[in-house]
Amino acid sequence: MSKVIKIKRGLNIPLIGDAEKILQTPPRSAEYAIKPTDFHGLVPKMLVEEGTQVKAGSPLFFDKYNEDVVVTSPVSGTYTRLVRGAKRRIMEVRLVPDQENAYIDFGAESPTEQSRDQIIKKLLKSGLWPYILQRPYSVIANQNQKPRSIFISAFSTVPVAPDMDFVVNGQEEMFQTGLDVLGRLTDDAVHLSIHADETTSKAYTEAKGVEIHSFRGPHPAGNIGIQIHHIEPINKGEVVWYLGVQGVIAIGRLFANGIYDANKIVAHTGSEVLNPRYYRVLNGANITSFTEKNIRKEKDVTPRFISGDVLSGEQIRPDGFIGFYDDQLTVIPEGDKPELLGWLIPSLNKYSVSRTFFSFMMPWKQYRLNTNIRSGERPFVITGLYEKYLPMDIFPMQLIKSVMINDIDMMEKLGIYEVAPEDFALCEFVCPSKIEMQSIIRQGLDVMQKEFS
Amino acid sequence: MKAIHKLIEKTRPHFEKGGRFEKLNRTFDAFETFLAVKGDVTKKGSHIRDAIDMKRTMFHVVIAMIPVLLFGMWNVGYQHYAAIGLEVDFMDQFVFGLLKVLPLIVISYVSGLVVEFIFATIRNHEVNEGFLVSGLLIPLIIPVTTPLWMVAVATIFAVIIGKEVFGGTGMNVLNPALLARAFLFFAYPSYLSGEVWIYTGLQQGQQLVDGFSGATPLAVLATGDIQNLPSVFEMFLGTIPGSIGETSTIAVLLGALVLIATGVGSFRIMISVVAGGLFTGFLFNLFAVNPYMEIPPYYHLVMGGFAFGAVFMATDPVTATQTGSGKYIYGFLIGVITLLIRVLNPAYPEGMMLAILLMNVFAPLIDHYVVQAHIKKRLKRLQNAQVETR
Repeated sequence: MSKVIKIKRGLNIPLIGDAEKILQTPPRSAEYAIKPTDFHGLVPKMLVEEGTQVKAGSPLFFDKYNEDVVVTSPVSGTYTRLVRGAKRRIMEVRLVPDQENAYIDFGAESPTEQSRDQIIKKLLKSGLWPYILQRPYSVIANQNQKPRSIFISAFSTVPVAPDMDFVVNGQEEMFQTGLDVLGRLTDDAVHLSIHADETTSKAYTEAKGVEIHSFRGPHPAGNIGIQIHHIEPINKGEVVWYLGVQGVIAIGRLFANGIYDANKIVAHTGSEVLNPRYYRVLNGANITSFTEKNIRKEKDVTPRFISGDVLSGEQIRPDGFIGFYDDQLTVIPEGDKPELLGWLIPSLNKYSVSRTFFSFMMPWKQYRLNTNIRSGERPFVITGLYEKYLPMDIFPMQLIKSVMINDIDMMEKLGIYEVAPEDFALCEFVCPSKIEMQSIIRQGLDVMQKEFS
Repeated sequence: MKAIHKLIEKTRPHFEKGGRFEKLNRTFDAFETFLAVKGDVTKKGSHIRDAIDMKRTMFHVVIAMIPVLLFGMWNVGYQHYAAIGLEVDFMDQFVFGLLKVLPLIVISYVSGLVVEFIFATIRNHEVNEGFLVSGLLIPLIIPVTTPLWMVAVATIFAVIIGKEVFGGTGMNVLNPALLARAFLFFAYPSYLSGEVWIYTGLQQGQQLVDGFSGATPLAVLATGDIQNLPSVFEMFLGTIPGSIGETSTIAVLLGALVLIATGVGSFRIMISVVAGGLFTGFLFNLFAVNPYMEIPPYYHLVMGGFAFGAVFMATDPVTATQTGSGKYIYGFLIGVITLLIRVLNPAYPEGMMLAILLMNVFAPLIDHYVVQAHIKKRLKRLQNAQVETR
């Protein structure tokens, strides 16, 4: 506790639209959906037929390549249909809820009385296992491996991030139960990272059975990858597991109450939201239940809905569904209007880290940033920039280039095992050549995983 | 505003697939993006992006070059009238220089951009902005008396051989502007040495003033004629013969300020080039065997193209080293080699161009070793971790 890990490199993007600390429970959505695409690398095989009645916790599909990993329904009702995308890929598994709120009973048990195998089995069966992710590769954890340690980040530093203190409020016990469960999964420690100044909730600061590390610094200090790197970096051959706060809480509820309670708190943020607030919804909820009448309407401005944050989230339709892992629904304006001599004008309303806009003289200013990409993609030209936004002992540009040329040996040497796409989000944001770094890193991780499995 | 958008939209179909000028699609795209930032939105990855782009980055380098450009224009006129012994006012000097320099700039941009557009069309990629800078650098580093056709030939050579054969902007090994200069230097040596630095252009009734030499300070020093060296102040100010943009250290410093303030140019490289130069200068002082080796080290910073090269040439991010510590090594060696060529090599009075080109070639090697050192450090961490777990 006494030692604060200071992250010096990084950037807090000053975006408008922080959520006010008000928690509301919107009416139940008319439809829910699980998106198999949320689980990277998972190939869904359906377990139920269209029209089947399901309860909360009923299995919907499993992973073709790891059959024990199943994804279950967050809600009781009827599995109505599949929505397929290009090449008949399953994009959404749609569910219509009923009024019953029936749960499958997995049995309430104290984690301390259970063996590691029993706990893993229960997590797999209840469909909560996918909450646990692993590095390297940033995919759902492999239940047959033993992780070196487990990491949880109790704060977020992304633009207009949800306040994790507020999220855990009232669920402290469940969080602790979840930590107890995770403690049984590793012989080594469970590491909980908190913010040195902003984390005040006792659920975190007085959490039991974990090693607490405090961090201070700009984004990406809240990213789990950065934290792991500074606490105990991943070396070749090692595997660590990690998960988000709401995943821990869900696991806690499973053991305390014996059910898959898919409730989670979503921060509705961004410049286009009239009243940015927190909403308690079931995972996979249709966002219209809380976005309706809450989006700013302006002529010529189309809003973009992002499940997740503006740096690494996924664009969804205005009537889309919240992603499995996302704590945030951000709405920002599309930047689909051309701008005359836009690259030349010294505008005050544009944000740049380069000091080529006058806005750098107003560090207090907050921005309503849009999605305009500003330029076509170019080869790497500027150097020495990306290092400032990746607070790891990793050469970002060299790593990206090694992925581009598919040099497996070099990727390994330059630290591909430690990173995930989200860690490169800031580099991608600042890149004047507009190189899609997150996709490149994901591609590199896929190549490595294929190579070593 | 709206009219221009409308014009763009109206013209677009002609350049799209099936249109009359389908082949010129890339050219149209280049002009369109120059006129207006397109309404293209992010498709994957980060939804928001920094407002910077390559055009703006390159444009700020151009802004940084404006002081040297303006001073260079004036100096061309100033030197001309001084050489023929005429006293004219400031504006006349500037206008004379403007008229002499402008054609060089136009020729450089036109010939270079034509090549860029042709290659962009053949290769079907967007036109890169790198030449916005190179196109202005080339006229700034040649003597004002260089014939226009020569500028065109050198520019085309530099863009094709220096850049496009490697894959275009971002892939080149050598700085294209310096390559153009080197091409001229070695292909037409008589036009780039001797009394070429001042446009004399004598008309009827005009003659050179007595004692006119027209030699640059470096040429003066190379002949060992130390007494005739201009004062440090003159050299710092830039009222000396030389390539158009290189003479004024103070104008270069203004440019450096812009580059550093906007974060476009690498401060590390600039400072280490200067450090390398001063260091070698001191070494020469210690072991001086001739008057040239005895001159104070800071003289080198204000003479010839040292300042200009350090600020505008060595900092080209594509051809310099790409790693942080590599930049210090790269810059320092440029400073060292420049002075070695200047002082110890009797063949070439100026060493900046060759030093930077040489280090351009070695930059990937320096980077390689920096990256290897980084990998070694990471491997050590792995070994330590394995020892701990045992």
